[in-house]
Amino acid sequence: MKAPLSWILEHVDVPAGTTTEEITDRLTLTGLKLEAVESPGREITGPLVIGRVLTMKPEPQKNGKTINWCTVDVGDANGTGEPQGIVCGAHNFAPGDLVVTVLPGGVLPGGFEISARKTYGHVSAGMICSARELGLGDDHDGIIVLPEDAGKPGEDVRPVLGLDEETIELEINPDRAYALSIRGIAREVLVSVEGASGFRDPALRDTPPANPDGHPVLVEDPEGCPVFVARRVTGFDPSAPTPDHIVRRITAAGMRPISLAVDVTNYVMLETGRPIHGYDADKVQGALVVRRARPGERLTTLDGADRALDPGDLVVADDSGIIGLGGVMGGETTEMSGSTTSILVEAAHWDAVSMFRTGRRHKITSEAGKRNERGVDPTICEAAADRVVELLVEHGGAVADPGVTVVGTPPAMPTIQVAGDLAARVSGMEISAERSAECLRAVGCEVSGSGTLSVTPPPWRPDLTDAQDFSEEVIRLVGYDQVPSVLPTPPSGRGLTRAQQLRRRIGRTLAGEGYVEVVNFPFVGEADLDDLGLPADDPRRDLLRLSNPLSAEAAFMTSTLLPGLLRTAGKNVGHGTTDVAVFETATVTLPRHAGPAPILPVDRRPSDEELAALDAALPAQPLHLAVVATGDADAPGWWGGARQVGWADAVEAVRSAAAALGLEVEASAAALAPWHPGRCAELSVDGEVIGHAGEVHPVVCRAFGLPARSVAAEVDLDVLIDKAVHLRPAPSYSSYPVAKEDVALVVDTSVPAADVEAALRDGAGDLLESIRLFDVYTGDQVGEGRKSLAYALRFRASDRTLKEGEAAAARDAAVALAAERTGAVQRA
Amino acid sequence: MSGPNTDYDPVEVTPLKAEHVEEMREAALAAIAAAADLDALKQVRLDHAGDRSPLALANREIGALPPQARKEAGQRVGQARGAVNQALAARQRVLEAEHEQRMLAEEAVDVTLPTTRHRRGGRHPITLQSELIADLFVAMGWEVAEGPVVEAEWLNFDALNLGPDHPARTMQDTFWTEPADHHVVLRTQTSPVQARTMLTRKPPIYVVCPGRVFRTDEYDATHSPMFHQVEGLVVDEGITMAHLKGTLDHFASQLFGDGITTRFRPSYFPFTEPSAEVDVRCFVCRGGEGQAACRTCRGEGWIEWGGCGVVNPRVLVACGVDPAVYSGFAFGMGIDRSFMFRHDLEDLRALFEGDVRFSSAFGTEI
Ligand SMILES: [Zn+2]
Repeated sequence: MKAPLSWILEHVDVPAGTTTEEITDRLTLTGLKLEAVESPGREITGPLVIGRVLTMKPEPQKNGKTINWCTVDVGDANGTGEPQGIVCGAHNFAPGDLVVTVLPGGVLPGGFEISARKTYGHVSAGMICSARELGLGDDHDGIIVLPEDAGKPGEDVRPVLGLDEETIELEINPDRAYALSIRGIAREVLVSVEGASGFRDPALRDTPPANPDGHPVLVEDPEGCPVFVARRVTGFDPSAPTPDHIVRRITAAGMRPISLAVDVTNYVMLETGRPIHGYDADKVQGALVVRRARPGERLTTLDGADRALDPGDLVVADDSGIIGLGGVMGGETTEMSGSTTSILVEAAHWDAVSMFRTGRRHKITSEAGKRNERGVDPTICEAAADRVVELLVEHGGAVADPGVTVVGTPPAMPTIQVAGDLAARVSGMEISAERSAECLRAVGCEVSGSGTLSVTPPPWRPDLTDAQDFSEEVIRLVGYDQVPSVLPTPPSGRGLTRAQQLRRRIGRTLAGEGYVEVVNFPFVGEADLDDLGLPADDPRRDLLRLSNPLSAEAAFMTSTLLPGLLRTAGKNVGHGTTDVAVFETATVTLPRHAGPAPILPVDRRPSDEELAALDAALPAQPLHLAVVATGDADAPGWWGGARQVGWADAVEAVRSAAAALGLEVEASAAALAPWHPGRCAELSVDGEVIGHAGEVHPVVCRAFGLPARSVAAEVDLDVLIDKAVHLRPAPSYSSYPVAKEDVALVVDTSVPAADVEAALRDGAGDLLESIRLFDVYTGDQVGEGRKSLAYALRFRASDRTLKEGEAAAARDAAVALAAERTGAVQRA
Repeated sequence: MSGPNTDYDPVEVTPLKAEHVEEMREAALAAIAAAADLDALKQVRLDHAGDRSPLALANREIGALPPQARKEAGQRVGQARGAVNQALAARQRVLEAEHEQRMLAEEAVDVTLPTTRHRRGGRHPITLQSELIADLFVAMGWEVAEGPVVEAEWLNFDALNLGPDHPARTMQDTFWTEPADHHVVLRTQTSPVQARTMLTRKPPIYVVCPGRVFRTDEYDATHSPMFHQVEGLVVDEGITMAHLKGTLDHFASQLFGDGITTRFRPSYFPFTEPSAEVDVRCFVCRGGEGQAACRTCRGEGWIEWGGCGVVNPRVLVACGVDPAVYSGFAFGMGIDRSFMFRHDLEDLRALFEGDVRFSSAFGTEI
C-alpha cells in the first residue's frame, strides 16, 4: 500500500519534529514494513520558486524558432529583488502569469544543473519549468501556469505542486486488510508512534438515515452480502475535472486518475478501505438484486472480458440481467462514461471467501477485490457512500438524492476469552493481564475481565478470531524487539541418521573420484526420453504430469536423472570444458497410479489409516545417483599421455560409492537405453539390481551434445544405503608365507571374465587368498573369437606354511573347474 | 694347500717378518685411502683383503712355522688384517655416503611441474550449505527430518492452517500434478515435513528440515521454480518466542560470524502465530560506519533472512499435538538466498546451470 504521508497525518497527529523515518521505523517494527519512501521532488534541489512574468518579448531566430525573452519577478529569491531575465522556448503563458521558476544553483531531475548562461543573445538566469522538467509526468511540454492564489513571487513552489509530498509504501500482510487504507495506517501510527494522538476517523461521520426513497435493492443472499448501501446523485457534470489534490493522492497511491466519478470512488476506498462501485444510474433498469449467478449466465465486465459465471459467484442484477460481479468488478452495460450525469453509488459488504473464490476463478485482481477478499469493516458502508456523495456534490456539481437505501446490518463481532497470561506464555516476556488489556484496547478491542479477558475485536479486525491472534497483537505492541534471546535445551539427539551420514559419504567419495556435483530441475518432457532412446514400453516413460508446468516441453516430473545430467554435461562441453565428470543425487518420481490423496479434517489428528492413505496416493520417490563423464579421465602431461574416459569409469564410479558403504557391486552384461548395447552393465548388490552403467549409445551422445564414448551410470541409492554394511567383524589374516601362482586362460570372447574368476575361486578352495585379473589379450596368438585372461593367484593357509606343491595343486584344481565351466584352456 | 712344514726355518719365511707384515699393512691402508669410489674400493678389497692378497697369503704360511713361532706371527698378521678390514669398512661407509649424496643430487626434479593428473571433483555448494546448517543444529541436539518432494495437498496446506480458501494459498504459486483431483502437489515449502514429524513422533521435537521446494516462479536472477529451504521446528513444554529468538541468534552467529544477531518484525504466516520476519544483522557492515555504502545489505544494515513464529495451535491440533500441554516455534529460510548473500552471488541461476566451473570452485567445503 502506498500512502501519502500528508493524507495519513490528516487523520492523526504526531509530536512536532517527528521525522518520516521515525514514523516508518515504528510502523516497520509493529508490522507494517516500509518498502520505500517516494517523493516527486526528491531529485530537485536548490531554489524553485513562484515567479510572476513581467515582460515577455518574442524573438524569431534564424533556425525558425521563436524564443521569448522574459523578465520574471522572483521576489527576493535571487538575492537582489530585481527581475530575473530568462529565455523561454514555450508560448503557453502570458505576462502576469504565475510560473514555476528555477534559479541558478537549482538542480532538476536527472541531475540537470541550472546556471546563468548565454543563449540567443541574452544571459538567461534560470528557467521557467514545465511539468515534464519537474518530473511530474511527461504528457505535455507546456509551462505550468499556477493559479493566482498559489502564493507570492519568490516563495518556495514545492508545497504548491506537492513536490515535497512523501509517499510511504508499506507491505501489508494478508491478515491486516484494515491497513490497506489511510484510516487503518493512521490508526497504526496512533498505536505505534510514541506520542501520537488525535486520531480522526475518516469513516466516522453523520450519515443520513435510511429511508424508503432510495434506489430499490433486494438482497437474496444476505450471507454473501450482509450490508448493501445505495445512494444516488443527479445533475453531475461529467466534464468536471478531478481536483489536483485528489489526482495527486490517488496517483501517489499507485492508481491511475480516470474521471472525477471514478477517481472519487477510488479516493474514498483508499481513505476508508471500503471499495465503492458507481453505476451510471440512467443505465440501471429497475431494482438491484444481489444473488448468486445461475448456471449459464454470462457477464461482460468493465475490462471487456466476457465471462461465464459460476453458481458460486455473487452478482448484482437488474431488470436487464446481471450488471456486475459483486465486490469484484462491475459490468460494461452500466459503466460510468463521459456523459454520465446520474450516479448510483454502491457500498456493500461482501463475504470474503466468495470474493476470494470469484477473484481466483475469473483471474481478476483488483484493488477492490484485494480488500473485499481479505475483509473490510462492515460498519462503514453508509459513511463511505456518504463521503463519495459529498465529494461528487462538492467537485462535480451534483445534487444528492435524498433517498438512502440500507439493506441488512453488519454482523456482530464475536467475543473471545483470552487467558490473561497468554501473551506472556507465548512470548517469554513479562506481560501482565493489565498490559495485555491495554494493548488490545489500543487496537480497538473491547476488553473486560482480569484473569481471563473477554475480548471483542473491532469491526475492522475480522482477522482476530483465536486467542493466539490477540496475543500476537499484544506482543507486537509491546515490541518484538523486546523479546529476550534464550536458547532452548533439547534432550540429547540421535545425531544424523545412518542414511543421512551415508548419503554425505557417497557425495564425498564421488567428489574424491573427480566428479562434480550438480543440481538439475526435475522437470522433463517426452522429447527428453526420446533423446535417451527409451523404447515405448520402457517403464521410465511412465511419468507424473504437472497440471501447470512452466513449459510444455518439461511438463513431467522425471523418472530418471540421466536426461538432466547428460544435458548438463553437454552444456559444459559446449562451454569449452571438454573433460567433464558430473554427478547428481536426487529423488525421481515413479507414479503408482493410486487413488486421490484425501483432504483430511484439521480439527483432530488424522488416524493412522487416513495418513497411510495420504502416503499411498503419492508416487514412489526413490533417491537416485547418476554420473556422466566425457573426455579425458586422466590429463596428458609430462607423466605421459591422456587416458580417455571409458565404460569402466562409469562402473567404477558406482563401485567407489558402494565401497564407501562397505558393499561390492557385481556387474553383468545388459542392453538398456541410453547405453551402448554391447557396453552396458547391469549392476547389483547381494543379487538385487541397483542400476546400470556403461558407455552411452553414440546416438544418445549426439542428441545431448556429447562426444561419442561418453559414459553414464544411474543407480538407486536407497537400495544401496539400505544394504550398507553395518558392524563389519574385524578380519583375521595369516602371517605364514604367501605362495604365488599365475595362470593364463584362453576362453571365447563371449565368456564373461566374472564367470571365469568365479570358477577359479570355487576351484581353488580355501587356500586361495586373492585373485586378480592382470591382463586381457586378444590377437593372433589366441586366435579369432578368443581372449586370454591372465590371473595372479595368491595362496596362503591360516595356520601353517604351505607344503611344496600344495599351491600348485590348488591352482590346477582352479584351472580344471574353469575349464569345465567356461571351456577355458590354459595357455602354455 | 701344503701340509705342515716341520723343518721350516722361521727366519727363512720372509713374508712373516715383522717389517714385511708392516709393509703389507701400510700398502693396504694407503690403497684404501686412495680408493676414489666404490668400484675402486672393490678392487682394493680384492687386492689387499681378498684370498689372493699378500696378507692372506702370509696368513697361510703361519701354519708352516714351528709352533713356538706361530703365536707371534699369527698375532702380527691378524692385527694387520684387522686394521685393513676396519679401514675398508670405514672407507666403504664414507664412499657409500658420498655416492648416495651424489645420486640424490643427480635425481633432483623440478618440483614446480604440474601434478594434477586426475580431475578434481567437488560438491554442490547448496549441498554443502545444507549440511553445514544441519550440522549447526545437530550440534545442539536437534535432528534432521526429511519428507517427500511430491506431497499431499493436505500436508502442504490444510494441516498447516492453509485451508482451501485461505488467501495465503495464492501467495505460494503451486505446481499441481495430474489428475488435478488427486490433491497432490510439489511441496511449496518444507513445512509438510514438520507436519509429518509431529504426526509420527511424540514431543519433545527438535528438528530441522533442509530440502528442495517448488513454486511456479519464472526462472530469473532472483527466482527459480525449484529452490532450497531449511525449516526448523521445536515442540516442547514451555516453548516461547524467546526460545525462537535465542535459536535464531545462535544460528545467525554460527552461519555469519560471532556477534551477528537477528531482528524480528511482525508478519503473517498461517502456520505460526505470532509470526515474524527475521532480519539478520549484515555481516559485512554490521550496521556500522560502512552501512550506507554496503552492497550486501544495500545500505539497510539488516538482511531479510526468513520467516518464523510460534506454531499456531490449530496446526498442533491437526497434527495431533495437545496445545494445552505443548507449544512450539518454527522458522524457515532460503538456503539459496542465504548462500547468495553469504558468498556474494548475484545471479541465482548459477546454482542450477550445472557449469562445473561453479561447483568445482567450492571443492568439498564452504
Ligand atoms: Zn551491510
